[in-house]
Amino acid sequence: MCAAAVNAFGTTRCLSAPNVCVPYTGLSTLESYDNMQNESRHDWERLAATAEFKTLLRAKARFIVPATVFFIVYYFALPLLVGYAPALMAKKVFGVVNVAYLFALSQFFVAWALAWLYVRAAGRFDKLAAAVIAKEPR
Amino acid sequence: MSHALLMFLGFIAITLWITWWAARRSSGSSQFFAAGRSLKAWQNGIAVAGDYMSAASFLGIAGIIAFQGYDGFMYSVGWLVAYLTVLLLVAEPLRNAGKYTMADVLAYRLSPRPVRAMGALSTITVSTFYMIAQMVGAGALVSLLLKDTGISYQTAVTGIGVLMIVYVVFGGMLATTWVQIVKAILLIAGTILLSILVLAHYGFSLGAFFDAIGQVTYTNAQGARVTQDFMTPGLRYTPPYGALDLVSLGMALIFGTAGLPHILVRFYTVPDARTARNSVVWAMLIIGGFYILTTFLGFGAATIVGRDFIAANGGTNMSAPLLARALAGDLFFAFISAIAFATILAVVAGLTISASTSFAHDFWTNVLHHGRERREGEEVRVARVTAFFVGAISILIAIVLGPTANVAFLVALAFAVAASANLPVIVLSLFWRRFNTAGAVCGLATGLVSSLVLIALSPSIMKGGAIFPLENPGIVSIPLGFLGAVLGTLLTREPRAEQKFTELSVRANTGLGAERAASH
Repeated sequence: MCAAAVNAFGTTRCLSAPNVCVPYTGLSTLESYDNMQNESRHDWERLAATAEFKTLLRAKARFIVPATVFFIVYYFALPLLVGYAPALMAKKVFGVVNVAYLFALSQFFVAWALAWLYVRAAGRFDKLAAAVIAKEPR
Repeated sequence: MSHALLMFLGFIAITLWITWWAARRSSGSSQFFAAGRSLKAWQNGIAVAGDYMSAASFLGIAGIIAFQGYDGFMYSVGWLVAYLTVLLLVAEPLRNAGKYTMADVLAYRLSPRPVRAMGALSTITVSTFYMIAQMVGAGALVSLLLKDTGISYQTAVTGIGVLMIVYVVFGGMLATTWVQIVKAILLIAGTILLSILVLAHYGFSLGAFFDAIGQVTYTNAQGARVTQDFMTPGLRYTPPYGALDLVSLGMALIFGTAGLPHILVRFYTVPDARTARNSVVWAMLIIGGFYILTTFLGFGAATIVGRDFIAANGGTNMSAPLLARALAGDLFFAFISAIAFATILAVVAGLTISASTSFAHDFWTNVLHHGRERREGEEVRVARVTAFFVGAISILIAIVLGPTANVAFLVALAFAVAASANLPVIVLSLFWRRFNTAGAVCGLATGLVSSLVLIALSPSIMKGGAIFPLENPGIVSIPLGFLGAVLGTLLTREPRAEQKFTELSVRANTGLGAERAASH
């Protein structure tokens, strides 16, 4: 199925405007992309090049990348330990309550804590985004 | 058992009133598909929870924990943590860049007809799997609960199908949302009550409750009475493949949620990305609270009702209602069963509206008619007709299938398809400049085909002679979905898609030019 897709999109066709080359999809160019929104009102390239926008992207990446890596590692530690370290996970902490159950329970609180931290950080992102939009003439 | 019927009729009356109210306010596409984008964060948050906590959560998880102890709780954990993927990566960019469907975000910078066609196909596949699970749950309930009232399984399933068609066709997203909100509140109330009763059974001593979990007695497959510690992992996921299956399940759960079309469309019902974010947090609080309480539902059923009794009286899916009967008699049993019905009804309505929206908006308008409505209101009309067919087809499938497998497990398969086909292309189209149309089509196709084929070759379908040893295909099919998307991209070039990435990125990150709430 991938081969077919490559054939279908592999060839490109240049239309009257010399700098507009699009993959040939069997449609006319104008129809082949969505015009859902009235999109050309803003100069997206210029906005993307502003220092404000770059600051926004950097700030978001600085939070989102480590947060995502952390929650994926923390989450998969649970099935991996349950699967490959059953003796450790079956260790009783108090009564029959074992490491496995406490670790599972901790996932809920860690998820909530991370969500709370994200909402706090996102308040900052909103301000940075407003600064980008302010660059755009109304 | 007519109490259950009466309570359920009460719920139906409320939901029909909601539908009537919504139908009078509903006009125009953004009203029908996205409730005018004017919901508040708490409303959408509860509705997300109501859309998400399906028969699988309430009936299925309680059943798996009651039968296999701790291993069932792994579903609960995965289903909450999954919302971090939604919160951190998907919800806000989707709200900023899309309009009505998951495929909107893909079509933004890719060639819309192929990606919308594939997106609609995958949306409908995921929704169908999910729907089958809900209907099986409904079947199990009905065959146990209403057998004395003379209502057959077929009649009840047809009734549920007709109701979900009515909600969606007449009330659109607004009615669906409020049905989900009412259901979520009922479900939480029922779960809290049931948990309190479990604790009361043990004299409000957590210690006594956990001691009981430490020694659950049941009859095993060989017919011998055994006593086991249900808190210890390993009752469901056993060597040699148990550990891998557990990881595979985890991958399907935490990456699948962010690819579930009926959850994603909920973020179009709020005015902006900030509200979308806050509604995820509301949903996480409610969903997390509910899943923690599955400890009481599941282990309560294991210790108070017992595996043998549940197996002889309706099977795993009936654990929570049977627990209610054991604790507080027939009236409470009826109440909990009515809640389970309401749960199913609200979820199938959500599935129906997202499948119909995708067909009408992605396939009919954008693939067949180049993004233009030929007549005012055509898209909504097509969606209504689709909802009717989706309803009719699910009624048929449910009648053919009847109540068999555990519904949590069936839904986990829907998550695997969503995680393998949808998530890779959503994430790559939002974050990878080089990503293109061939990559999206390839990723959707490989994810969809590989997850479906692996399910067909798994022990769930092939039983003993399975070619693929794992129950859940996620650990193989999710990487394959990503691989397909990356290879398809690298083998082709599409300068326009890369150029449009700049625009998508500015939109997704700032909300500039996003669809606005309808004013009214």
